[in-house]
Parts: sequence; structure tokens; C-alpha cells
Amino acid sequence: MTEPRKARVATVSLAGCFGCHMAILDIDERLIALMERVEFDRSPLTDIKTFNRRCDIGIIEGGCCNEENVHTLIDFRKNCDVLIALGQCAIMGGLPAMRNAIMHSADPLRECLEEAYLTGPYLRNTTRLIPNDPVLPLILDKVYPCSEIVDIDYQIPGCAPSGDIIFSTLVALLDGKFTGFERETLRFD
Amino acid sequence: MTTETKVAYPPDAEIMAISASFGNDHHRMLDILLAVQEARRCISPSTMDTIAAAVGVTRIAVEGVASFYSFLSLAPKGRVTIRLCDDIVDRFSGLDAVVAAFEAELGIKMGETSADHGFSLDFTPCIGLCDQAPAAMINDVVATRLTAERATAIARALKRGLSAAEALVADHDVLSPYQRVRALVENNIRRPGEVLLGPVPEDAGLHAAAAMAPSAIIDAVEASGLRGCGGAGFTTGRKWRFAANAPSDRRFVICNADEGEPGTFKDRVVLTERADLVFEGMTIAARAVGAREGILYLRGEYVYLHEHLQAGLAARRARGGLGADFDIRIQMGAGAYICGEEGALISSCEGLPGEPKTRPPFPVTRGYLGHPTVVNNVETFAHVARILDRGAAWFNAIGTDKSHGTKLFSVSGDCTRPGVYELPYGLTLRELLSLAGAEDAAAVQVGGPSGTMVGRDSLDRRLTFDDLATGGAVIVFSARRNILEIVDYYMSFFVHESCGYCTPCRVGNVFLKKAIEKFRKGQANDDDIAYLKDLSATIIETSRCGLGMTSPKPVLSSLKNFPLVYSALTKPSKDGIKATFDIQSAISGARDIAKRRSYIFDKDFSK
Amino acid sequence: MNGPFQFRIDGVEVAATPGQTIMEAADAAGIYIPRLCDVEGLRHQGGCRVCTVKVGGKAAGRSVSACTQPAEPGLEVENDTEARNRVRRDLVEMLFHEGNHLCPICEKSGNCELQAMACRLDMTAATRFPYLEPCRDLDASHPDIALDTNRCISCGRCIRASQDVDAKGVFGYVGRGIHRRVAVNGADLAHTDAALADHAMSVCPVGCIIRKGEGFATPIGARHFDHGLIGHEIEGRAGEDLARKDGRK
Repeated sequence: MTEPRKARVATVSLAGCFGCHMAILDIDERLIALMERVEFDRSPLTDIKTFNRRCDIGIIEGGCCNEENVHTLIDFRKNCDVLIALGQCAIMGGLPAMRNAIMHSADPLRECLEEAYLTGPYLRNTTRLIPNDPVLPLILDKVYPCSEIVDIDYQIPGCAPSGDIIFSTLVALLDGKFTGFERETLRFD
Repeated sequence: MTTETKVAYPPDAEIMAISASFGNDHHRMLDILLAVQEARRCISPSTMDTIAAAVGVTRIAVEGVASFYSFLSLAPKGRVTIRLCDDIVDRFSGLDAVVAAFEAELGIKMGETSADHGFSLDFTPCIGLCDQAPAAMINDVVATRLTAERATAIARALKRGLSAAEALVADHDVLSPYQRVRALVENNIRRPGEVLLGPVPEDAGLHAAAAMAPSAIIDAVEASGLRGCGGAGFTTGRKWRFAANAPSDRRFVICNADEGEPGTFKDRVVLTERADLVFEGMTIAARAVGAREGILYLRGEYVYLHEHLQAGLAARRARGGLGADFDIRIQMGAGAYICGEEGALISSCEGLPGEPKTRPPFPVTRGYLGHPTVVNNVETFAHVARILDRGAAWFNAIGTDKSHGTKLFSVSGDCTRPGVYELPYGLTLRELLSLAGAEDAAAVQVGGPSGTMVGRDSLDRRLTFDDLATGGAVIVFSARRNILEIVDYYMSFFVHESCGYCTPCRVGNVFLKKAIEKFRKGQANDDDIAYLKDLSATIIETSRCGLGMTSPKPVLSSLKNFPLVYSALTKPSKDGIKATFDIQSAISGARDIAKRRSYIFDKDFSK
Repeated sequence: MNGPFQFRIDGVEVAATPGQTIMEAADAAGIYIPRLCDVEGLRHQGGCRVCTVKVGGKAAGRSVSACTQPAEPGLEVENDTEARNRVRRDLVEMLFHEGNHLCPICEKSGNCELQAMACRLDMTAATRFPYLEPCRDLDASHPDIALDTNRCISCGRCIRASQDVDAKGVFGYVGRGIHRRVAVNGADLAHTDAALADHAMSVCPVGCIIRKGEGFATPIGARHFDHGLIGHEIEGRAGEDLARKDGRK
């Protein structure tokens, strides 16, 4: 048998704050050991922006708030064997999903945008316009957890998840020994 | 019957007088609030303060009751409140046209009250008139067999200032209470049986019981094999024995006339035609268990029977038909299906929100106000009177081995002879459907939504406690009907009627309803069928009372008997991408606001 | 049934006295049965159903709430099994989805029993439940206390504490079904006799009753459930009991 190739990991931040990506770096010096076994493919960490080959693990930070998020998430599902939702936003929408709870009006999206850009208190928007540049992706009617759009294989909770739980989960998955999280390490914040 | 607001009192004095008329007793909260609702057409915060002070509870306790029952309203209602029954049978009988007619004539939409507070239009679940649907409550009377024309004519009469009773019954003021009921509602007794709806002698059972020791009465009821007719089927004699043996100086007999299971209306007919038999049965029960006080809990939807029943009670009282040491009061309900559950019914009688009680203790040991209480169905009490008259052996010989006597079936839906059938236990569903003119039934809901939905392959099953059990409802659906529309309606019914006390019933039923909606919209995944089953199992296993333990049954029984209905609508996911997520509807709002198309998902973007 | 008796939880012998509920006996024996609406010192409600156990053997057993069901001699109780915990996880997830539980921005995080229960019950798989996302008004009228009922799980602890311990009746349920919620005895909390020192203000298991000016005071790592899984105090009693018994020997 030949030397097993390194596992290819792709990552992306959708409607997230990049905090979960920062948390990946919290793996700290164990990253060196981890890099013996994995290589980052498409990821903000490598600045590779498209899939050029199939990946073993896709790590998703953030839920879906606009059409581009959906497109990217579907792209990840198509190109990765295992998909991990990393952090509360990817799992349940997180802070961006706060807008879902104010979406009970007749024209919720308009109300949301108007409050955010025009009518809300403490606003300083000198243009008095709702941003609408043609390159801006269309916003979704609400923020969706990733699992509502594609099948998600594993979810690592936390906001952000600790470097420890990310590391131990990745190692267990690479060893094919992941059987669940240690309850004491679980955090939703 | 128009309600004239009494002007002699300043506002608070009127409320205080109402409260005082019920002894400022917080256990009579429901009566107080119903009277306030009638007088003021709403229960305002200041009214709640007044009531709270008068009866000595917190305002939030008053609000808890006022906000629980559908027929009590925190927002002002119209002089005339029209509550259209939106049961599935009514929907299949032309409800839409009736709604449109009322809305057009009154100038308001369903759920609204007119600006002059003349009219309110609301939907309400089954009002026990499925055999003459579509039907509606109009204040304290009911209108049946509605059509668009009839709705318009009624609305016009009401707008002219006629009271609801005047608008519906000619010469209503010269009729007796019984005659008024008969003028409003048809009995539709299609098949009288030998126990209840055939000829019955007056008070023969009571006279027999008067000569018997209380324990002998219980022995007779037990020997007859009588089981509760409300749906649960507990052995009546055993229930009585528990209550009789529970140590207490005060015991109660309660008649459960909260006939709320959609599609059931047999108690309506018993209360109309055999009210005396019911009171007689209650009086016998009181003697058997040693109760001096009885309550007949009449569902709010049957308020039009109230005067008739009061008159019947008064006549009995006058001729000594309640025995020397027993009396019955009628407790009106106010629109809550859950109050058919005996613990919730007792809570409601106690002036509380209609929430089931923690069991154990059971009502037979700790019921109304903490005292041993027997709660039985209308039909059960009527049977008791007949059993005491004709003997346990006579009753026991009717029916089958384990299901004795006759049963009243309420048949409605797609059949030519809807109505009440009194038949011995043990006949097949096919036989009943044939009597009712429902030979082309494609699906039959036996026992209402908390019963079982069966298909043609089940028509030879027998209507007994151990095969197809039913509290009486048999709702027939022809092949034209959409099974999922029926299931969807029944789930919305349970969502509306859950008391909210426990998590699985309060939340789980909402999830079930949403899942069924996904199926109807073609947004269900393959694994959503397993999801329906899993979620149903959790609700059934963990719910606190019978409502939650049976509410998933429309889903489960239709899944079992009509599996193709579900599987035909699921969409398989491809490549792990959920077919149920609809990007087009998710971006349509933004497309309208931004006034541009999607450069990713609109294929013709480049054109 | 007058004297103490024995019954079994997951095969372990547990002592009970007449009138004790299954949960009371289990607590005393150091066996933890998950619960949310029940809390020591308040009467039992049996509303959340998280304490659902199976009694009377696996095949023919029936499910009951351990906090209200009396213990009986010889009873066989199934508690800590995958099947029971799966059902409990469903219930906890229902409560998460019924309200708006955004742990990352909630000051109760780390001290929240709902969150802690989700950890104990391994609530980590992708959800199948929809989010109901309610939009209820906040009540910040009171100088010392705020209410965010979007986080309320209808446990009713505040209601019972205010009625039975504080003798006030500040809180109560209003509405029915999915619209049933906890409300206050007045136009808003400022128009009630609620006080920060009330027992009712200290029993909320989630971030619904908020004590103003105290949020995020405890650093991450030092919060209640940073020290151990929910229930570990009760489970610790089993050890203490043994130690005490050993000491006596």
C-alpha cells in the first residue's frame, strides 16, 4: 500500500463572522501535527476560491442569508464527502437569524431592510438608500440553518467552538473513530 | 334575546353585582366571566381587576381563565357574534360560500368585528351539527344547513335589529324551550334502539334504584358490563365503586356533556330527547356513591340547550325526581375541547382554565374541589337509568362478549342519511355505512380525529371496544376528498385545542401540523415519513393527558391505511441537496425589492 | 403501604417512603432524572415532561412523569437509557425551537438549565424540527428586573415560587395551547409588586427573567455548568451516601 494521502479539507464562512475560522486557529501548536494529516484546499486560509478537485471534509461556518451562501453551500455539498457545520450560525442560523423573529409582518423583508438602513434608531445613513448594487447577492426571505438546504453530516456546536473540540473532532473523524462529543466539552456559546 | 346593557349601574357596580350573584366564589369564575362577556361583550383589564378584588384572587388568575376559553374575549366582540363551524365536514359541505355571503353582507372578514360593534365573525371547531352542516352559532342559538342565500337572509335580519333567536325561529317567544330547540335543530334519529331512543318509561330506573342499597346499584351497573360511552371505555361500575369507597364527607357526580370530538353529536340528541334519562342516571349514580351534589357540564356550543335542560331540571326538582338529598347544577363551558377530559372538566367546573389534573390522584378519589367525583358521559348516565329499569342481564345480553348494550353512532360526511343510529355493539362498519347510505366511502374516520382513519379494507371490522373503538363519531369521506386536507384540518384542530400545559402536545402538534403542510406543498423529503412517525411517537409517549396521547392519530392512521397518499408527495434529495428547499421562493421577496433578477439562480438572467 | 420500601431504577435498588415521587426518591438516592419544570422547593408541575420515565417493564411499560408519579414498592423504572434520552432530547429540542434561544447572546448562557440539558442529552445532530421564532414584547419596565418571554420555556417555576413562597402571585399563565405563556399580574412588571429579592426572580432556568445589572458578570469557565454536567450535584450524592455509610461502619 502506498502512503495514504493527506485528507483534503475545504472551509468557508457563509453568514458568519469568521469567528469560527479564528477558532480553527485556536487549535494552536497542534495545527502542526494536524497538518501532517490534512491539507487545506478551498478555504479563506489558502485563498483558493473554487473547487479544483474533490475534498474529503468540508467545514461550513455560518448559515445562509443570501443566494450566494446557498450557491456556495451546494457547491460544498457536491464537492465534499463529509460536511461539517461549524458553530451556531451554521447549525441554527445564529445571530443573523435574529431577523427571522421579526419577520412576522406582512412585508417582512422590506420592514427588516428599512429598519436596518432607514428607520432604525442610531442610524447614520447619509444616502438614505437601501444598498442595491447589482453585484450584491439577493437576500433570502429568512436566514436558514445549513441543514435545511443540504444534508449535514456533523455539527460542532459553539460560538465559536473551542479549538479543542474542533481539533478532537477532526482527529476522531480522520481516525474513523468519531462516536459523538464528550458531553463536558459541549458549549452553545 | 338581545342583550340590553343595564344602565342603572355604574360600570363597576354591574360587574360586582354579577360576581355577587355567584357568591363572589372564585370557583364560579367561569360563570362570572360568561356573564360579564354577555353583558359587556368583552372582559377588559379593568373588569378583571374588579372581579379579582371581588372574589379574592389575583388579576392574572382571572386573566388566565379569561384568555383560556374561546368564547371569552379580551377584545370587544359585536352585539351579534357569528361563529361558523369550520369542521372538515362543513368545509366539504359548502362552508366557503357561506363565509363569503356573511362577509359580503356584514362588510367584515372572518376574525373581525365591525366598527360599530354590531357584528363579529369567527370560526369555531365542530359545534356538534355535522349532520346538518354547514352550521353556525349565532350568539346563543344555532343556524343549520346554511347556504349563501340563507346566510345573507340571516345577516339581513340581524342587521334589521332582530335578535338571533328572532332571526332563526318564527314565534320563538311563544314556544317552549323544547320546541325552540326542535325548531332550531333536527334530531336526525335514523335508527332508534331498544335502550335509549326507543320508548322509555318515566323514572322506572330511579324507582327501582330507590329500593336498592347503594352497593347493590353499583353491583347491577357492574354486572351489566356498561363501559363509558365518551370514548375511553372505562368500566362504569368500577369507577363508581372507587368513588363510593373513597373516604370523604362530600362526593360529586358530574355529567360530561362536553361533546367536543369533531363529528360527534349523539349527546346533543340525547340531551334534546332523553334529558330526563340523563338526570335520572345521575340521580341513581348519586345514590350509589353517596353524592349530594351533581353538575352537568354543558359545552358552550350547546348553550341553546341550556333553557331546555334547566326547564327539565326544574320539573324534576318539583316532582321529586332528583331524590330527597341531591341536586344538579348546569355548568356552562366556553369553547374548549380539552374540557371533555375529565380532569380538565373538573378544573373548568372549579373556575380554572380547563387544564387536566395530575394523575394520580384520580377524580374518583380526589376530584371536584378535592372530593371523590364520578364523571360519566351523557350516554353512559342514560344507559344507567335503563339498566336499573330493565336489569343488568337484559343490558348485558345486548351486544358482544366484551362490549355490552347499544351504542349511539353519529354518522356524518359523505352519506345520504347522516344522523344518529342506536345499534348494538358488534355490527360491522360496512353494516353501519350501508344503513347511512355511505356505500361508496373511501375513507372513514371512526371515533373522530382522536380515533382511527380507515380505508375500504377495514369495512368488515366490528364496532366494539376491542376492534374499532369509537366514542360515537363516524365521519365518511368519499373518494373525492383529499386525505391530507383532512389530516391537516384535524392537526390544526388539535393545535387549537391543546391546553398548552405540557411540551409535547403544545409544541409537538404544531410541528406535526407544519410537517403535514410540507407534504401538501410537495416540500417533503423521503425521510419526512420517518420524521412523522418519530415525532408522533414522542408526542404520544410523553403527553400528559389523552389529548396529546391521541392527537397524532390522524397522521399515524392515515400513514398506515393510506401510505401512498404520503409517498406520492415526497421528493427524493439528490446529491445531499434537499429538494425541499425552494430557492425561488426564498429570493422572490428580495427580487421584488431590489427590482432585479438573481445572477445565480435565474436561468434567463443573461438574456 | 406504611413503612419505607424499595423499588428499582435501571436495575438499581432505591429506597422510598410512602408519598414520595419517583424523582424525590431518585434524588435522595443520588440518581439523576433529567427535569426542567421541576425544582427543589416548589410543588411539582409535570409540564415539561423531560423527566418522563417508563414504569412496569420495557415491553408493557407505560410512560409517566417522574416528578409527579408516586413511587411504589417493587416498581421497575427505566430512566437512563438511549430510548428515554432520545425522547427527552426531542422535548428539549422542542423547547429550543418554540422560543428564541440564541445562546451566543444570552446572558444566562453557562448558567442555563435548558442549554445544560441539551449538552447532557447530546443535542448535536442536525435538527428536523422547524423554528417557531416568536416575536413577543420585552418587558423592561421594572427598575431591577427585565422579562424576555421569547426565552420562556413555560416551566412555571416563577409562578409557583411567587404564589407559594413569596405569597404574591406576580406571574401566571395566560392563553392556551401554543399561545400559552407566562404573563404578569398587571399591565407590566413595574405595575406589580415584584421585587428583586423575591424567590420567583431566582428560579428561572433560562434567560427569561433577567436581573438587571448582573449580566455576563461571571467569566466563561467559572459559570455554573462550566463546572460539570447538569445533575452532577445530585449524582454526587450517591458517592456521599456511600461515604457516610462507610464512615458509620
